[in-house]
Amino acid sequence: YISYGPDAGKLAVIVDVIDQNRALVDGPCSGVSRKQMNFKALELTSIVMKIPRGLRPGNLRKAWEKQEVQKKWDSTTWAQKIANKKKRAQLTDFDRFKLMKAKQARNRLINVEFGKLRKTVKRPAPRLRKKKSVKK
Amino acid sequence: MKARGDLKEYQVVGRMMPRPRDRVPALYQMKIFAPDKCTAKSRFWYFVSQLKKMKKTQGEILQCKEMYEKHPLVIKNVGIWLRYVSRSGIHNMYREYRDLTSAGAVTQCYRDMGARHRARASTIQIIRVEEVAASKTRRPNIKQFHNSKIRFPLTHRLNRKLHKPRFTTSRPHLTF
Repeated sequence: YISYGPDAGKLAVIVDVIDQNRALVDGPCSGVSRKQMNFKALELTSIVMKIPRGLRPGNLRKAWEKQEVQKKWDSTTWAQKIANKKKRAQLTDFDRFKLMKAKQARNRLINVEFGKLRKTVKRPAPRLRKKKSVKK
Repeated sequence: MKARGDLKEYQVVGRMMPRPRDRVPALYQMKIFAPDKCTAKSRFWYFVSQLKKMKKTQGEILQCKEMYEKHPLVIKNVGIWLRYVSRSGIHNMYREYRDLTSAGAVTQCYRDMGARHRARASTIQIIRVEEVAASKTRRPNIKQFHNSKIRFPLTHRLNRKLHKPRFTTSRPHLTF
């Protein structure tokens, strides 16, 4: 996953390691042309592609499609969080209204359950407080 | 020369001006690494006057062409032979770099010489630049990358987003 730079937000495969700071990176199905990138701009995902080192772009594309990398990525929580963030940023006012209503409905259900649970808990005996005025 | 930005590889061909005694002078070609064409031509004259009896006033440059890397997406081990002036003498060196292009490797070399030996670009002369086969590399720090199953962790990943957010109550997450 490329975290910043012109290709930020795209997936790419590390095809080879140039040296301690740079890798040769390619994302044939995600619009990243083969290039060198600093490791600082990259974040590893849990997806590992079974490819030999230095695989050519054509074969890499085939391997990408065969190993269904995009599908694996989309099913990760990381990708879903990104998608949710994007959705949230694109909400219209009406959508936000709908969201508010949905949240209210959910919270009402939760609170009802909470109330029921609260009633079943044994209430501890109220502590006797010494009040000077009462006992006379 | 100031090795500004990324250096480019130029092929510069020049010769003496034709004279009555020498009607068809010999051509001399050099592979020059410079930030731009102008500097490349200047370096050409610098080297050529050192090596031959030829000066800019008596000669002409016939071609100054940028040479592009043949396989810019293939990682190469580049060996660079150079000569540089240090505070106490002149030394020859052989250094190796891993890069996608020769010009990139030479840029790395200039930066590296500046860092390790405080050598300024004007005191460095690149004698020879060649792609070296992996088996023929001499430097252990280059050889360590000749491993098809290379693995190394990216430890202690620094948080560079110091202003997003600028103030926070939690320490940054550095181990991934």
